[in-house]
Amino acid sequence: MNIDPFIVEVFQVAVLLIVAPLFTGWIKMLKCWFQGRTSPSLFQPWRDILKLFTKDVTLAENASWIFRFTPYLVFGVSVIAGGIIPVLSMDLPLSATADVIALVALFSIARFFTALAGMDIGTAFGGMGASREMTIASLAEPAMLMAVFAVSLVGKSTSLSQMAIVISQGHSLLRPSLAFALLAFILITLAETGRIPVDNPATHLELTMIHEAMILEYSGRHLALIEWASMMKLFLFAVLGIASFFPWGIPRNGELFAVAVALPVLLFKLAGIGVVLVLIETGLAKMRIFRITEFLGSAFLFATIGMLSYFMLE
Amino acid sequence: MNVQLASHLNSLLASFILLTAFGLVVQRRMNALLHLFAWQGFFLAVSTAIVGYLGGAHDLYISSILTLAIKVVLLPYILHRLIVKLKIHKEVETVVNIPATMLMGIVLVIFSYHLTAPIRELSTLVTRSTLAVALATVMLGFLMMITRKHAVTQIIGFLAMENGLLFAATSATYGMPLVVELGVALDLLIAAFIFGMFFFHISTTFDSLDVDQMARLKEED
Repeated sequence: MNIDPFIVEVFQVAVLLIVAPLFTGWIKMLKCWFQGRTSPSLFQPWRDILKLFTKDVTLAENASWIFRFTPYLVFGVSVIAGGIIPVLSMDLPLSATADVIALVALFSIARFFTALAGMDIGTAFGGMGASREMTIASLAEPAMLMAVFAVSLVGKSTSLSQMAIVISQGHSLLRPSLAFALLAFILITLAETGRIPVDNPATHLELTMIHEAMILEYSGRHLALIEWASMMKLFLFAVLGIASFFPWGIPRNGELFAVAVALPVLLFKLAGIGVVLVLIETGLAKMRIFRITEFLGSAFLFATIGMLSYFMLE
Repeated sequence: MNVQLASHLNSLLASFILLTAFGLVVQRRMNALLHLFAWQGFFLAVSTAIVGYLGGAHDLYISSILTLAIKVVLLPYILHRLIVKLKIHKEVETVVNIPATMLMGIVLVIFSYHLTAPIRELSTLVTRSTLAVALATVMLGFLMMITRKHAVTQIIGFLAMENGLLFAATSATYGMPLVVELGVALDLLIAAFIFGMFFFHISTTFDSLDVDQMARLKEED
């Protein structure tokens, strides 16, 4: 029995909105277990977001419209991106509007406005965070595009649904190009979502912040939207990796049984990704800022080798 | 193991060899360089054995064992003893910074792919596509020799070039005659010993193995 693709799309966005904070909570739980501490509950990020929605917004006097507009833009971008990536179905009506290059551009619009908002109030930390974020972005974006090109060469299309369909049909992980692209994608995810070794998400020292420094001035519902959007960004990168490299289990069409099975499979894969992420985070130390260029340079290198080995070896 | 799977595996190993070649070019620490060089030798040995299986050239098995013994065990051990005895600084300076070196490496890979295109058209062997990787490994070893200031890392670059040459031989012509391989291996071993002696002398004369220091040999008024 086939469900209307539009309903699957809405269901997927709802899953994105609900599961993203749970994913962050799961990562926090794993990190605490690895470090031998008691963890907060799985729903703690949800409680934080809901608490922030009830609080007042404290706005600086010289804040412009950019500052007020950015949280809504960032949140909207994350929701749209969640509608494009094949999470619970490969047959999404919204996926015809944007391919994977447009997806990268969507993320960079969100980052651009966040950086502007960081500089908007005129505080020193906001400017520092914005400049650091832009440095990382200028290196991470070419690397991300290269990794995406390598995958789309194998998937024979830049549309995410097509890529997922083609990759799920072949015995693909033995291909060197996909292996290198996966390695590059892991490094880029760490950089873009601000995890160790690039940026410590739990730091309270402003001099070590990159992403947090740009959103220091936000409060109330604005902060709730931005926090939710950054949790969704981590979820989206995880799901993009699943759709590009491990797409088995995502249903081809909207058959009811397949979609119903796809949700537990997705949660299982996300749990596995959480474990890998926490292993990386616990095993590495935060890098010094000027080493990030080498880190992202090697991500670019892996992605380019992946793309080249598609032509050279396959 | 059928031919398809073996040739797939060979391609995967070729990509790992390329990866270790890049790792050698960008890596800073001495111990990590030695580990990467040992891994490159290991992947090369396994690839030689697989090509021996694919092409029916059974002397490649002997060549593979020789590579394993010399390049994975003996040479890294000799270099490690050298590093420990000379108390070499673990970090290595470069002529250009690391990201620029990476970009040069990428350009070299594309260049070697373009260069081996005619051979790829003409060759009838299963391993013809890995010739580009072999040439790229030679060039990356050369890049490593050029962009490093420390004498021991220049030697590792030289040895990486030799790895690339061996890989090129197995992918272009299913290996060299065994006598030639034995001769090359012996030459490498003697070269490593002679380098060890040289480094000892250089280190006692200049108190460092930084090749910039040897500019002090110029006569200046």
